[in-house]
Amino acid sequence: MKNNNLSKMDLKKSLNHWKKEMYDKALENASPKQREYSTVSGRKVKAIYTPLDLDGFDYLKQSGFPGDFPYTRGIHPTMYRGRLWTMRQFSGFGAAEDTNKRYKYLLSHGQTGLSVAFHLPTLMGIDSDHLLAQGEIGKCGVAVDSLADMEILFSGIPLDKISTSMTINPPAAVLWAMYIAVAEKQGVSPGVISGTIQNDILKEYIAQKTFVFPPKPSMKLIIDTFEYGAMEVPRWNTISISGYHIREAGSTAAQELAFTLRDGIEYVEWALERGLDIDEFVPRLSFFFNAHNDFFEEIAKFRAARKIWADVMSERFGAKNPRSMWLRFHTQTSGVSLMAQQPYNNVIRVAIQALAGVLGGTQSLHTNSLDETFALPSEEAVTIALRTQQVIAHESGVVNCIDPLGGSYFVEKLTSDMDREVKDYIRKIDDMGGMVKAIELGFPQKEIADSAYWYQKAVEKKEKIIVGVNAFKMKHEPIPILNIDEDVTKQQLARLKEVKKTRDNSQVREKLRDLKKAAEDEQNLMPYILSCVKAYATLGEIMDSLKEVFGEYKEPVTY
Amino acid sequence: MTEKKLRVLIAKPGLDGHDRGAKIICRSLRDAGFEVIYTGLRRTPEEIVNSAIQEDVDVIGLSILSGAHNVLFPKIMELLKSKGADDITVIAGGIIPDKDISPLEKIGISQIFLPGSSTQEIVEWIKENVRENNSK
Repeated sequence: MKNNNLSKMDLKKSLNHWKKEMYDKALENASPKQREYSTVSGRKVKAIYTPLDLDGFDYLKQSGFPGDFPYTRGIHPTMYRGRLWTMRQFSGFGAAEDTNKRYKYLLSHGQTGLSVAFHLPTLMGIDSDHLLAQGEIGKCGVAVDSLADMEILFSGIPLDKISTSMTINPPAAVLWAMYIAVAEKQGVSPGVISGTIQNDILKEYIAQKTFVFPPKPSMKLIIDTFEYGAMEVPRWNTISISGYHIREAGSTAAQELAFTLRDGIEYVEWALERGLDIDEFVPRLSFFFNAHNDFFEEIAKFRAARKIWADVMSERFGAKNPRSMWLRFHTQTSGVSLMAQQPYNNVIRVAIQALAGVLGGTQSLHTNSLDETFALPSEEAVTIALRTQQVIAHESGVVNCIDPLGGSYFVEKLTSDMDREVKDYIRKIDDMGGMVKAIELGFPQKEIADSAYWYQKAVEKKEKIIVGVNAFKMKHEPIPILNIDEDVTKQQLARLKEVKKTRDNSQVREKLRDLKKAAEDEQNLMPYILSCVKAYATLGEIMDSLKEVFGEYKEPVTY
Repeated sequence: MTEKKLRVLIAKPGLDGHDRGAKIICRSLRDAGFEVIYTGLRRTPEEIVNSAIQEDVDVIGLSILSGAHNVLFPKIMELLKSKGADDITVIAGGIIPDKDISPLEKIGISQIFLPGSSTQEIVEWIKENVRENNSK
């Protein structure tokens, strides 16, 4: 002990000496002088980190071993030695036929899971023939109005072998029901299928803004899917609690983590209130984070995320099942960091961000394509994005050793700082009465808007440099991009019309009436939604029936 | 000589909820001394044109990232014309492919700001171009 203190004092003395006699002197001749260094989130960074920054660091308590509490170094004992992350490119455009073709292309080139991007009308729970759908059909993703589209989307893809992630929120229960129905038609039982629905409404109110119902009925519907999944579809992740969109909307790294984990706590509390068993449903919760530009800060964010969730599960909720404590997450590289100027530079940004996700121990990864500031990715661009992951996995050597940056003074300090800041935010939101309350107060929304504004100003003052945008500029040269044929609209509207004509309409009306009644009686709605879907009721019809009971959310307009 | 503050409507047509850019533009224009009105998300062309007329704005700034600009922008321009409000300057920003820019300019969108444009650039553009067009 005495020796330890002595060596600490010696180290302090040496550090001060180095700082004064070597670093500061060398800096005097440097240009620019006295610059302050900070991360993309505005976090100050020192020139060097030493054991002094980790004073009181307890290896077993703060890091531990991979696969063991508190999981800072990874949730699995073998990490990428046992199995690489799932390479899962988010993809969807045009009509179901177009996207089905792209899925088969990606699978044949080594992609290992599917990830469905729906077009905006589907994301909002309206049909392609709705007034607000004009101009949007097949643009931002694939058009799905009814089970008929879903059948085409997955035709020839064995749902017992492929896992599928679906980015869908207010209508998540409906699209999930369609997927279950398609699997059944392939002869695959719900007990076998695996995948994820995003189903995270809280971050919609906070950042992504795809909302339909008010918070309370939205939360009810989500807990319905937890309950149904735990019983009937045990291999399905019934939620992907998402920080991605919070970060894209402009939050800092710490805010992304804090709001996402507090959202997670909110879902757990609502599910416990329903009477669900913590160690039965929590293992099916998954997370989704952004991999932004600031390499070390991002890695620390992922490490801290695992530790905080494990702490919260064991201390706050008394979970016993280790799987309840595992924070399993998907990562996507940062869309906002991509630039329209000199778009080929985006390949490099994506590679660095993807590397951070891998060094952070992600379970699955989407790498953005270089052309996404203009349109959905072309086949060529998405191939480069997938190849980026394969180069990291098979050539860089970073998968050889688990959590290779664990023990770095800098990364460990960032990790413990992040841990503290996030827990402070969580306490603050607890004091407000929880996340639904905090959202009603506009708290996370305001924090994010402030951070976004700060960053924009920092870029404009050139405190933050963006290559090709505020430095190293060149004349803009257009690149080839994917076009969505306007014929998709005609095709989609024709199919919708055909479905409505050929189905048993009296059965549809009956099933929709049953659904509405069940919503009024506050029953679990999943079985009713499944019946509607199988009768080819459209997404819009199902959501409209629920709107009649639940009402619609109106966002206060502020900036 | 007292100068009337320019009035700007920042509008979000289309179904996407990406309002980071729109909100930053609103704050920046307000800080630069403009009167700013923000429509909020998912406004139809009719709603946007009606707000612009009711609020008597000099500029409409359209922000869209959904890909529906080729359908929605022409509708907005036609409505402005049919309601005799085509003296309002219309600018736009968001995810807009290069090949769409010139057709959109042809239907009367005065300027399109691509990702990476600075708020200062937009402020200056409005100051230079709008004062001349419809100073009242």
